[in-house]
Amino acid sequence: MSVPFDMVLILATVVFLLGAICAMARRTLIMILLGVEIMLNAAGIAFVGASLRWMALDGQIFVLVVMGVAAAEIAIGLALAVLAGQRCRAAEADDLSGLKG
Amino acid sequence: MNLFAAIFYVLGAIIVIATGMAVTRRRTMHAVVYAVVSFFATAALFGLLGAPLLAVFEVIIYAGAIMVLFLFIIMLIPRTRLERDVGGGLRWLLPGILSLVILACVTVLTVTAHGSGQQLHPAMASPSDVGRALYVRYWLVVEFVSFLLFMGLAGACFLGRRQNDAKEERP
Repeated sequence: MSVPFDMVLILATVVFLLGAICAMARRTLIMILLGVEIMLNAAGIAFVGASLRWMALDGQIFVLVVMGVAAAEIAIGLALAVLAGQRCRAAEADDLSGLKG
Repeated sequence: MNLFAAIFYVLGAIIVIATGMAVTRRRTMHAVVYAVVSFFATAALFGLLGAPLLAVFEVIIYAGAIMVLFLFIIMLIPRTRLERDVGGGLRWLLPGILSLVILACVTVLTVTAHGSGQQLHPAMASPSDVGRALYVRYWLVVEFVSFLLFMGLAGACFLGRRQNDAKEERP
């Protein structure tokens, strides 16, 4: 496979930065959570590439851990988003300004 | 440029384009469906990079469970509140500039690093090897993740309890 490891890292960086832009520029709570998911996915790409680069299984195992963390995070995050929509009539992060933050 | 490299670059282009569309779509539903496309391409990339178990898990957990959960939640929230605006160019300007600077720095660091240009050789980690390493060497991590998932379940149940129950709980 004539793919340099650098290309995998650069691909992971581009996807990570797209997710970061999504989390920074979008205002809807759901899109912010989607940006976080994209960032975790980009980290997984880098882990799998490194796992192949050094022929070690540790990277693949850590991707499994990251998937577990993402599932837990999204369960809580989406529950909070629904709660914000129901109780505070808020769908955007700027609507939740009760603490003047 | 052999077949593996061609597939890698095609999948990378699909991932970047689908993620870019997901980030910029105005309608949340369209964004989530583009993210599903991106995750499917990522699953194929995992398979190409020698992780078939992770490719299956990527489809089941990311493209399956998490994104379907997103779709359910979008259906729960009224549509008019979700699609107010994507915002002007000014809100995308600063994150875009910061990201371009970071990307330039990472690219320079990666290309000039010691031992860069290392070619990837095709290999395949069999799922049984991954499972054995997971449960022999990393069993403690499995326990921690299961504890984390349990806390997530408890937290979601706590947040999702009905209003009446919450009122009754108060003394």
